[in-house]
Amino acid sequence: MLATLFYEPSTRTRLSFETGMIRLGGNAVGFAGTGQSSVSKGESIADTVRTVAAYADVIAIRHPKEGAALVAARAAERAGVPVINAGDGGHMHPTQTLADLATIRQRCGRLTDLTVGLCGDLMFGRTVHSLIETLCRWGNIHFVLVSPPELRVPQYVLDRIDKASGCSYEQVRDLAGVIGSLDVLYMTRVQKERFFSEDEYVRLRDTYVLDRARLAAARPDMAVLHPLPRVNEIATDVDADPRAAYFDQVANGMLVRMALMAAVLDDPLPGYGDEKRQTPAGEQ
Amino acid sequence: MEVSSIRNGVIIDHVPAGTALEVLAYLDIDPASTRLALVMNAPSTRYGTKDIIKMEGDVPVDLEALAIVAPRATVAIVENGVITGKHAPTLPDRVVNVIRCVNPRCVTGSERGLDHVFYRVPGRHAFRCEYCDEEALR
Repeated sequence: MLATLFYEPSTRTRLSFETGMIRLGGNAVGFAGTGQSSVSKGESIADTVRTVAAYADVIAIRHPKEGAALVAARAAERAGVPVINAGDGGHMHPTQTLADLATIRQRCGRLTDLTVGLCGDLMFGRTVHSLIETLCRWGNIHFVLVSPPELRVPQYVLDRIDKASGCSYEQVRDLAGVIGSLDVLYMTRVQKERFFSEDEYVRLRDTYVLDRARLAAARPDMAVLHPLPRVNEIATDVDADPRAAYFDQVANGMLVRMALMAAVLDDPLPGYGDEKRQTPAGEQ
Repeated sequence: MEVSSIRNGVIIDHVPAGTALEVLAYLDIDPASTRLALVMNAPSTRYGTKDIIKMEGDVPVDLEALAIVAPRATVAIVENGVITGKHAPTLPDRVVNVIRCVNPRCVTGSERGLDHVFYRVPGRHAFRCEYCDEEALR
């Protein structure tokens, strides 16, 4: 039994967790939005999770506060119920990263020796932070970080790149000047919900728009990724381009979450493990 | 300027100039209820200027907390007017409820009963929140 505790809106992450569990032969319960749960009465994350841990075998939590998943994991520890971070504020989104990695490997055939461009809101973009963190474990990645100065990658993420074997980065403002050098372009949405000021959001939201004209300067085999939802940062005319990989990410999202849930529940998937497993270069 | 010596207590010397009150806050020592003397911006042969904190009585000093705000300070224990022990701050790898996270998006700002936990950034004199990775401001 999976419990999805989604304190923030979600389409792909929640539905892929729930359909994934049902496809594995299990069931799913939970809430989408806090209005119909005791969270609306002021119940803490820890108390909510301790309660749900009495009903479910695994919990997926999304919360607007950074670090909420860690609080949840510790609260469920006594019950022995694993907690999966389905996105904690502008901090991390590790299961999206699994979908991203699967898609990059499908498109590029490898997870190392790549030039990866990340474009848009790199400060509050939790998928960006998780993807950089994880790609650094594989090594030999050059990150091209494209953002306005106000939305640059946090220092703790840059420190992770500095520590990683063979990894490097450059921070630029102009996408057009670097798009031709990229193996992967990871576009992100400027997230209205992370701004305290509406004016600041409006000022920054349209900084980058990828359309067919801009894509013409990219390599013919570059992969365009986006965690979705998009607003207008990728024009719909890009969807038909073979380089568009963002709906592949959606499909992969369910598969990797199925694999993750099976793994944390110690319930091996039939056929999984037959393929030669790849291990990050930096991992022992 | 002369400040009378203490008979039994603690002297924290070589505190960075101008930070004595901040040090007391980090050490969770309430100046309103502790018998103490602060010497601020005193001349120092080693650092140019420094602050000195003299506290009368058995006042516990958290050396790990002190290391965060005044890593080069020294702590002398005074008994019967004589220094009987000297300690140096030790920079910890992890501190609990010494620093508060100021990130308004951090869960520590809304979840009740959470400890504020910070971990040391490898190779630097800096700490980050265990929950949101925000660097502590000083």
